[in-house]
Amino acid sequence: MKICVLVKEVPDAAVEKRIDTSTGRMDRSGEKNLNPFDTHAIEAAMQIKEGGAVPVEEVVAVTMGPESAVRALHKAVSLGADRSVHLSDEALAGSDVAATGYALAKTLERESPDLVLLGQQSDDGECYTIGAVVAEHLGMPSLTQVIQIDVEEGKLRCERQAEYGYDTVAVELPAVISVGDAINEPRYPSLKAIMGAKKKPLDGLAAADAGIDASKVGADGSMVDCGDFTDPPQKEPGQIIEDEDTAETVEKIVAWLEERKLLS
Amino acid sequence: MSDILVYVLHYQGELNKNSLGAVSEGARLAGELGGEAHAIVVGDGDDLTEDLAASLGSYGAAKVFRARAPEGLAQPVVDAMAKVMTDNGHTYALFGGGLLGFEVGAGLAARLGAGVTMEVTEVDVQDGKLVASRPILQDSKISKSRYKERGVIIGRLNAFEAKESGGGAAAVEDVEVELSPQATKATMVERGEQRGEDVDIEGADVLVAGGRGLGKAEGFGLCEELATAMGGAVAATRAVVDAGWYPYSTQIGQTGKTVAPKLYLAAGISGAIQHKVGMQSSENIVAINKDSNAPIFEFSDLGIVGDLNKILPKLTEAVKAKKGG
Repeated sequence: MKICVLVKEVPDAAVEKRIDTSTGRMDRSGEKNLNPFDTHAIEAAMQIKEGGAVPVEEVVAVTMGPESAVRALHKAVSLGADRSVHLSDEALAGSDVAATGYALAKTLERESPDLVLLGQQSDDGECYTIGAVVAEHLGMPSLTQVIQIDVEEGKLRCERQAEYGYDTVAVELPAVISVGDAINEPRYPSLKAIMGAKKKPLDGLAAADAGIDASKVGADGSMVDCGDFTDPPQKEPGQIIEDEDTAETVEKIVAWLEERKLLS
Repeated sequence: MSDILVYVLHYQGELNKNSLGAVSEGARLAGELGGEAHAIVVGDGDDLTEDLAASLGSYGAAKVFRARAPEGLAQPVVDAMAKVMTDNGHTYALFGGGLLGFEVGAGLAARLGAGVTMEVTEVDVQDGKLVASRPILQDSKISKSRYKERGVIIGRLNAFEAKESGGGAAAVEDVEVELSPQATKATMVERGEQRGEDVDIEGADVLVAGGRGLGKAEGFGLCEELATAMGGAVAATRAVVDAGWYPYSTQIGQTGKTVAPKLYLAAGISGAIQHKVGMQSSENIVAINKDSNAPIFEFSDLGIVGDLNKILPKLTEAVKAKKGG
């Protein structure tokens, strides 16, 4: 079995996120990291590989993004992926969710994976729809927010929480599965793995290498225009108490609650 | 022609409240566009009766398409909606909040080559076209989406209010759908399993909610003691319910319950959007979290940066003393 894991570089959670108002795109400069949700997808791949229910020949990390996205691939490899693929092309800049999903699907086609895993949502754009777009282009079944995967020959048994409780779904391979963060506790990479990450094979691809139709990607190839950024109605900022003396803090909370008649 | 097709989710003979909101919203927008709002229901059970489908007329659907296909999974719905939109020339697809809508909407956009926007909180008509507003970057900005051709609009949970328009039963048209190969490769083994006991939290005036910051399942004991002292109930986030710490029936947010108590006290909850959408209408929100950068502090009325293990027991004692005295 061959597993591809889609990963993404996102601004570090500690860095304030902003829009570049001149281009209408996310300002992706500043500190970057591997999307935290993607570490769960890599861990899920590693657990399938190490679990031994089916032999896994290879785990491949795949990303689309500017040159700096290589760092997300290094992180993915340090967490256990065997090699990585980096799709990077000026023509892809400004792609919407549908165009991004199309480009990733074309890149995945070259790899012919039996299973595509990804994190349920990316931290910056909240596009937890990308899995469904990729699956549609690949003609594969797909499921999001999966919190348990059992692998058998040629199929998966997946559990997830949906609108009316927990669903158990049988999925034939090949398939595209987005995992939820409850699926596992990602491991920390060893120092040796971090040092060795840059030595693992990394394929750099341009859009044409992946057979991507340039008219279907980038801002021009996207079917939605986003812009007119405005500020939402501001809610009065709440009062903040830093707890130093807990007895005093609790007194303040009780007074606050009493003032609003919440303790009567 | 600018018609809108609205997906309506149902389960065990009941229509989903967020879907009904989307039908009402679709009817309003179609009125402004000079088109019609149609609904589509997809299912293979006896509960998907003609009467149930026709009842969508009272929320403003001019016509209801009914497709017999497996329910609870996205790809059969993509097949049904793509066929209906292609055969009837709908320009827009509209979804209420919820997990399935995200999956269906994204797949549909890929199939039809349409633009797609998720987490939409408002839709307007400008120059005869729909424009969708969507909060981005942890709700710190609003972005507007315009569609080059077809548009797929996926609402945020509770974004659209269900309103009975006084319309009568809608005409129901049965459609035959040929499933795509991918739609036949996933099958529901069990749907809607309830994990943990059935607890009613929707009527409580006070909710003490716990998240991953409680550290372990036993941490909920602190929430229970405070809730008991305050005469309230205990709620939970998806992360801890998925982890098996607390019953699914107490879960707030995207795939859980929506509540608006007088007091919502969040302990160890970071305040992800998926949680926020289920509780942001609470009258008073108090948050306790050790991370001063937690998003929940941006929409709480009182925020305490500190260790809940120290604060909750003392708060419980103090509340007991006040209530007893």
